[in-house]
Order: sequence, then structure tokens, then C-alpha cells
Amino acid sequence: MNGAHDLGGTQSIGAINPEAETEEPLFHSEWERRAFAVTVATGALGQWSIDRSRFARERQHPVDYLRNSYYENWMAGLETLLLEAGLVTAEELKAGKSMTSEKPAASQNCLTLEKLESVLKAGSPADRPESTPPRFTVGDRVRVKLVNPKGHIRSPRYVRGHVGVVQEFYGSHIFPDRSAEGDIFGAPLYNVRFEGRDLWGDSAESQALYIDLWDSYLDPA
Amino acid sequence: MADTEKNHPHDAGHHHHHHDQNFTDPPPDPALRAMALESLLVEKGLVDPAALNQLIETYETKVGPRNGAKVVAQAWTDPDFHDWLKKDATAAIHSMDFTGRQGEHMRVVENTDAVHNLVVCTLCSCYPWAVLGLPPTWYKAAPYRARAVSEPRAVLEEFGTTLPDDVEIRVWDSTSEMRYLVLPQRPEGTEGWSAEELAALVTRNSMIGVETALAPGQSKSGDAA
Repeated sequence: MNGAHDLGGTQSIGAINPEAETEEPLFHSEWERRAFAVTVATGALGQWSIDRSRFARERQHPVDYLRNSYYENWMAGLETLLLEAGLVTAEELKAGKSMTSEKPAASQNCLTLEKLESVLKAGSPADRPESTPPRFTVGDRVRVKLVNPKGHIRSPRYVRGHVGVVQEFYGSHIFPDRSAEGDIFGAPLYNVRFEGRDLWGDSAESQALYIDLWDSYLDPA
Repeated sequence: MADTEKNHPHDAGHHHHHHDQNFTDPPPDPALRAMALESLLVEKGLVDPAALNQLIETYETKVGPRNGAKVVAQAWTDPDFHDWLKKDATAAIHSMDFTGRQGEHMRVVENTDAVHNLVVCTLCSCYPWAVLGLPPTWYKAAPYRARAVSEPRAVLEEFGTTLPDDVEIRVWDSTSEMRYLVLPQRPEGTEGWSAEELAALVTRNSMIGVETALAPGQSKSGDAA
């Protein structure tokens, strides 16, 4: 979807203003620690994919998305996911209190202290058997499809309609657009190079963009 | 309404503003919101408070940019490891036991005299946790995500990094689950240094690509602007 999250190329958005590397704390307040931890821990319940959780953050009103700090967006996304999975009700979220004595079935998958280390170590690899064969090979010129879907998509707006050259074939990875809807399968993934001047004009000389794009995002060019 | 959401997840955003924060309302206090979420999830048996504490401790003390610095220093001192890292970064990095979340699929991109690499995630905040830990605030914030792809030289200048005009800047937008780590150039004047000594010159920012590695005797800049 064309949401506020798709930021590439946005102008008049201010300076980077980085905190010094040696001075920046990992979390800037206690609630950020808790928001981080509950988001990662509930991800392990297996009720939604990482793509669905990204889509939940992106679906906010653009003003909310941009006004929120990073972990506020995580909390907004998590609330949406919990509601849509039927794990909590809006009243419960508001009260911060369960309205039923019954625990949801998903609580059997709770990320306990005992399971934590092995779950973190294993991670969540995204490679899956391919559902379709790759149509492109390294060196092929490809044009990114000009589409504006209302669903989740990982082809940024600033590259749609533009031509690049396939640099690398990464094998078959979970296709995010459908994974966001709960349908998990692999599709060919490539790394594609775009010349800066093709995207941003002549001022972007000696710049190139390298972007990961799935097979179905691309047409031959 | 629940049925509508199930059948048309794309349109779900239109149908559940009953719980969404809306820009016309004042935003909820984040500390209260976090507390409400956590107590509710604990009560429902969906999170384990001990695991939450351990999660936080893991990323505050164990998983961070020192991991990546060791990978870079190893590549600077061991040509075989360097080649392995370029060819199969996932296997090479996992061999150093830096595995797990947001490091499942790794690629290392190397800076040279002719090419400078820079990593961003314009769509969210993808970042190689296994080697760099959790990203700094500026990496996740709108200005960096917006500008790194369209005006990387201006962005680098804000980190005090000026590159010659003929150096090609390659910006890697992390749109998939591939995670990118920049292999900075080894600083001059470090011949004969051990991997351990070299690792101290490898800053987090140099592995994102917004700075170069430190020169011998140079300390990490507090003057990032």
C-alpha cells in the first residue's frame, strides 16, 4: 500500500541529527524496553508473520505513522495484530485487563524463559521452496511493475516503473505480499541495480541503488 | 465487521478505527500503553515476564555491534575468511556463532577506493541484528529512511563523511529478509595489528556505511553532526 512508511525520496523531512554512537542508549526509556520485548515475544506465538506485523504498522493513518515514535508504531501494530487474531478485545486493551478467565489457545505457544535462547538462536529463516521457477537471470534488464496495491508490498514507490539490471539471484524467499495475509510460500528473489540518475535525475550521478525484488514485481525490459 | 476483515485484509484499515489511534485524537501516553499491553498479555498467558526481561538483557548486553566488528577484523586479517565472507556471508558469520534473529540471511558488501556502500531500509527498519544489535534511533527515523536513497552524499556529510566525487555510492535498500553488513576499508597504518586491536577501530556506523572505520589513535566521534 502507498502508506507513510514508504519514505524513500521524501523531501523537506529534516536533518538526520544522529546521537553520537558512543552516547546513544539502546532504549531511551523503560516503556521502549517493554514495547520491544512484548512485540518480539508475541511474534513467537506463531499467530502472524513478520510481513503481517509490518503491514499492521503501515495501515495506520499516515499522520499517526509519522507522528509516532518507532516503538509507538510497534505498539500500534501489535494492538491491531492481537485484535485481528482474536487474542484480545478492544475493551481489554483499553483496560489493560482480561475480561475472561479463559486463556487463549495460543498461550500454549508462549515464549517462556526456557524456550527463549533456542528460539532466538534459530531465528526465522525466510527461504522456502519456490512456487514458480525464476524468470530472470543475472544481467537481465527488468522493469519494476507500476502497481498500487492496497495490500502489503515490498517494492518501494520510488522504484516502480523504472528499469534496473539483475545483479544476484537469492533463491526463493517467502513472498511478503501474500505472507501478510497468512499465505506463506516461496518465490524467486533478486537483487537489482538501478542507476541513481534514472531514479532521481542528473544530480544523482555516481550513485546506484541495490534493491531486493521478488519475481512477480518485475517485467522483462 | 470481523468477516469483512477476514475476507478483505487489504481493506481492514478502513474498518477498525474503533481501536486505532487516530490523528484527530491526542496520542495515548506510551508508558501507560506499554504497561496496559504487557499486563494484559501476561494475564492471558501470551508472554512470560521472565522471558521479556531476558530478551531485553540479551540485546542490551550480548547482541551488539562488537559482534560485527569481530567479523570485520577477521576479514581484514584472514584472506580465506575474507573470501568466504564475500561468497557466503551467512555461513562465514554463523561460523563465528553470530546467529539468530535478523541475521538469518546475510550479505557483506565491501568498500574500496572506487565504491562506498550504505545500508538503509526505506520501508521499515530492517537491520542485521545478529551482528549489529538493535538499530540506533536515527536509522529507524523518517529523515534517514527518506534521504539515504535520494541524496546519500548529503546524508553522509551530516555524519562528517565526505567522499571524492568519483567514488560510486551504492545504497542497499533492505526490502527483503536479506541483511546487509558493510565491510569498511582497513585503515592505513595498521600493518601487523591483531584482529583484536583492529576490531576497536570498527564502529557501528562504519558497518552501516555512514562513516569510515577509525584511523589509529582516532576515537569515536562525539561530533556526529
